[in-house]
Amino acid sequence: MEKRAIFRSAWLPYLLVAPQIAVTIIFFFLPAVQAVWYSFQVQDAFGNDTQFVWFENFAAIFHDEAYLNSFEVTAVFSLLVAVLGLAISLLLATMADRVLRGALAYRTLLIWPYAVAPAVAGVLWAFLFSPSIGVVSFLLGKMGIDWNWVLRGDQAMLLVVMAATWKQISYNFLFFLAGLQSIPRSLIEAAAIDGAGPTRRFWTIVFPLLSPTTFFLLVVNVVYAFFDTFGVIDATTFGGPAQATNILVYKVYFDGVKAADLGGSSAQSVVLMIIVITLTVIQFRFVEKKVNY
Amino acid sequence: MVQNRPWVTFCSHAILILGVLLVAFPLYVTFVASTHTLEEILSVPMPLTPGTHLWENYAQVLRSGSTRGAAAPVGRMMFNSLVMALVIAFGKIAISIVASFAIVYFRFPLRRTFFWMIFITLMLPVEVRIIPTYKVVSDLGMLNSYVGLTLPLIASATATFLFRQFFLTIPDELAEAARMDGAGPMRFFFDVLLPLSATSIAALFVIQFIYGWNQYLWPLLITSDESMYTAVIGIKRMIVGGDALTEWQLVMATAMLAMIPPAIVVLLMQKWFVKGLVDTEK
Repeated sequence: MEKRAIFRSAWLPYLLVAPQIAVTIIFFFLPAVQAVWYSFQVQDAFGNDTQFVWFENFAAIFHDEAYLNSFEVTAVFSLLVAVLGLAISLLLATMADRVLRGALAYRTLLIWPYAVAPAVAGVLWAFLFSPSIGVVSFLLGKMGIDWNWVLRGDQAMLLVVMAATWKQISYNFLFFLAGLQSIPRSLIEAAAIDGAGPTRRFWTIVFPLLSPTTFFLLVVNVVYAFFDTFGVIDATTFGGPAQATNILVYKVYFDGVKAADLGGSSAQSVVLMIIVITLTVIQFRFVEKKVNY
Repeated sequence: MVQNRPWVTFCSHAILILGVLLVAFPLYVTFVASTHTLEEILSVPMPLTPGTHLWENYAQVLRSGSTRGAAAPVGRMMFNSLVMALVIAFGKIAISIVASFAIVYFRFPLRRTFFWMIFITLMLPVEVRIIPTYKVVSDLGMLNSYVGLTLPLIASATATFLFRQFFLTIPDELAEAARMDGAGPMRFFFDVLLPLSATSIAALFVIQFIYGWNQYLWPLLITSDESMYTAVIGIKRMIVGGDALTEWQLVMATAMLAMIPPAIVVLLMQKWFVKGLVDTEK
């Protein structure tokens, strides 16, 4: 879509886009290009000697057990966060859409975690499930479950998944509710007259009509699980125990900042960039076309 | 409601209430923990009703932070968070709205190039370019400063898109009429476009305020000086490792304090926020 009525000026539009473009170049393009540049280099421990090594860093990370493990961890983690987050919030949104009384009150009560920082969410859940002082781990202990995420990888994963999902439920819920409320009532009424019960109506009418929202949220949630959950991990498990929760973005940070492996970390950054770009392109392709029946 | 099925309605309410409880439980425990002494929290299981040390704990963190971890007053940290959130929110809105104005209402060489440059930033979250961005900011001497905390996060493809989408829906006649009456582009921008954009601005403000307030990785990297910590970083730095060593009552009081401002913003502006969220992404 283009505008017909336009203003003319030789310099004004440049002045108007200048701040945005300046920030974009200095803090987005420059660093991104540098990341690519570093990813082709190896530096010695003191940063004095730099060698250009082409794709050696990439070859190295893809032969690194820890990195491949991190891929697997990220896949499991983001799949769990996205699927659990979407399922729970869809259930809640469907229920909130059904009830006549109190829908707004429920929305207000469910919106809260959106305001909570991922790192703070991590701290809260780590506290609840703390092996020594946590309330929930105490109850689990009473029930005979040995809960110690500090030592056990699967439990650590479960903890970060819970914290990350909890934080994201509000966001998904808001979108699902808005999507549900935009479905024409007449369609659902027609199905009801034809004798379809609530479950049947949901799966044959509501769910397919909701597919653009669901798909959009799926991509958003995967991106969220890939990047924004850095705070959750850093506030709880630090990627441990034994790398069980070491997601890709945490590994980039750890290798680059803590272990000072510039080349390796940059190569990982480049891989991550490729992943985000792919996800964004997929998202826009589908949003344009609208996944629909 | 299509059919009246009391049993299903009852179930819906039950599920919703369960959901609300699940969402609220961690927040409730946080509140309770912030009102007890460390001894009470460490006595497993900790009490689940509010204690009597609320005032004491909050006053302690606000004035002087924790004694074993970060010792900067949380009052100061909250001020830093507030500066960061406000500058990012207003900064993003300001630079995006003028950029979209130029892109929609002017024809000029490089227009498409600029548009795509902004578009691509959508694909490069801070997390994937941590070290080079850190280097740029450190070379510019912006470590431990408000400029360093905010400026690199201020470019926003999301806001630019939202405004662009919105401007495209404004009838061309408005701009034509304004031009006919002799208004220049900036006059049109301030007198027509800006007032029309009020709702979008309000919605974006909520989204970006929360984005700014909740930043974690970036302030973690570039603030080493305790007086520049944001509230979220402060919480993290108060956890010193080892459940018995950390002053949990203070951590939880700080967590409550760190959650209150964004929560207030969300609740007060709920209507616009919901509209904005749903419109921005689609």
